Amino acid sequence: MKDIVQIEEMAMSMRRKALEMAFDCGKNGSHLGGGLSAIEIFASLYGGVLNVDPKCPDNPLRDRMVVSKGHCVLAYYTALWQAGFLSENDLKAFETNGSPFHGHATRNLSYGIDFSGGSLGQGLSFAVGVALSCKKRSFSSRIYTLVGDGECDEGIVWESLMAAGNFCLDNFIVIIDCNGLQYDGFTNEVMKMSPLSEKLSSFGFSVKEIDGHDCKSLLAALKTKTEGQPMAVIAHTVKGKGVSFMENRKEWHHSILTENQYKQAQSEQS
Amino acid sequence: MINFTSTQARTYSRLGQRGAIFGLALPELAQENPNIVALSADLASLSGMDRYKSMFPDRFYNIGIAEQNMVGIAAGLSSEGFVPTVTTYATFISLRSCEQIRHFLGYMKMNVVVVGSGAGLVQSYSGSTHYAIEDMAVMRSIPNMVVLSPADAGSAVMAFESALKCKEPVYIRLTGGLNCPIVYKEPFDYQIGKSNVIIEGTDVVIYATGVMVSHAIKAVSLLQTSSISVKVVDMHTIKPIDRMEIEADLDCKLMVSLEEHNVIGGLGGAVSEVLSDYANSPVLLKLGVHDAFGTVGDYEYLLSQNRLLPDQIAEDIKNKYEQLYKI
Repeated sequence: MKDIVQIEEMAMSMRRKALEMAFDCGKNGSHLGGGLSAIEIFASLYGGVLNVDPKCPDNPLRDRMVVSKGHCVLAYYTALWQAGFLSENDLKAFETNGSPFHGHATRNLSYGIDFSGGSLGQGLSFAVGVALSCKKRSFSSRIYTLVGDGECDEGIVWESLMAAGNFCLDNFIVIIDCNGLQYDGFTNEVMKMSPLSEKLSSFGFSVKEIDGHDCKSLLAALKTKTEGQPMAVIAHTVKGKGVSFMENRKEWHHSILTENQYKQAQSEQS
Repeated sequence: MINFTSTQARTYSRLGQRGAIFGLALPELAQENPNIVALSADLASLSGMDRYKSMFPDRFYNIGIAEQNMVGIAAGLSSEGFVPTVTTYATFISLRSCEQIRHFLGYMKMNVVVVGSGAGLVQSYSGSTHYAIEDMAVMRSIPNMVVLSPADAGSAVMAFESALKCKEPVYIRLTGGLNCPIVYKEPFDYQIGKSNVIIEGTDVVIYATGVMVSHAIKAVSLLQTSSISVKVVDMHTIKPIDRMEIEADLDCKLMVSLEEHNVIGGLGGAVSEVLSDYANSPVLLKLGVHDAFGTVGDYEYLLSQNRLLPDQIAEDIKNKYEQLYKI
């Protein structure tokens, strides 16, 4: 486990690498907005929270990470790289023909990937099944799921939250990357999700609301243990975080970086 | 391992396909395999799961009326080494949770046994929302899925046991109601993908599936007065379809597909996909539901509306045969 300074450094390396990957995949474009909003969440998880080990990636006692917002691969792959699951060469294969590292991560335990994302809302349902399994086998594993706030429009998200509350899954932690934007615009304008905290509480969750770019708050929240009830961490983030011309702009949900934009974006990382 | 006897065949028949699977076979198989778990979407009692629930309360999950979540949770359990079976009405499991079946079972290859009950028209007065006439077409088009459609309650138990041991995700379609007609009175060799010839014949081959197999048998007895020699094949596996059987029948004069399902995309679709590989293949008469949400009535009425009663089947086959060969 890394200390807070190391985790912040890890987040910095991840954001730089994510921009490099986005630039290298050229005209294919990539999901920059929702990737950059989740950098600190992933850095905190893989730097200081998750009990996972690239030397033993299928250890049944490991924590599970279900990435339901499957398009946030720029943050996910770079975290797996920092955690030793993926190599620099693996990242170079991002969005190349035949590569396993495409725009939505695909389950492969040797790469540390527990779940195939791409169809929004599915991850939480799967995670409830995994959490029930770990309870049945008396494993101490914790099951973390990352969803987007736009993703919460999906009905199956609420079916899953209902079930997690019903089964009192205190090994189940949902993190909502609450960047306030979805494809068509601000979530408050497309489909209002507020008050999210009250919704989650009423589904039987212990809810924490934090700054999703503050690694210290993330670590404290994600390490909290509950008894007899699942936990939700609402991480308030900025879509496109760390690049001035991307921040809070829906146009950068999935986009192409020109050379000049790439240079500017990298120059802003310090 | 289920020990199939003729006495059991009668017991299974009384309970129907669903009752035989969940009331008798599941508790027995769960005793042998501690990894088996069962999930229901608020239809546990109706599915005959009460005995299983009381025997294995820790291995039963009621997910509520949330079919999509039921499939997702089952996939999560499967990823951790459990062997889950999920069940509700065929129309809801195959259509409401279609994308979950595609995502978790087809794409992620999670081994879940999906059992859709009350398929076809047996839900009678509940109306078209409750009939499943598209499920085989939808399930069959998902890569990696195995699709089974047993002929009677005993073979439904065999299908269920095989599905739990199968390395691929399986959809089992259950047809008919209580007192399901018996096709197999004696123990038999059930193999996924290998159809069973029930009656030998040379002129016409009927590929039937689900409880329509028993209607095919009755139709053949009605055709005995004619000079047409009819073979009946129980196509209990819709995917992978038994290509070898169809290829062996290519020299017959008329093929018939018989199913309680839309004539688009089900058994008839699967057979015609094989036939389209061959020049001069026989004509295929597709008997089933003709792409319509029809009127509502009792099961027999609905079957008759779709010309799926044995005498109607015999008549349609005879007419087609005579029309083709100018008898």
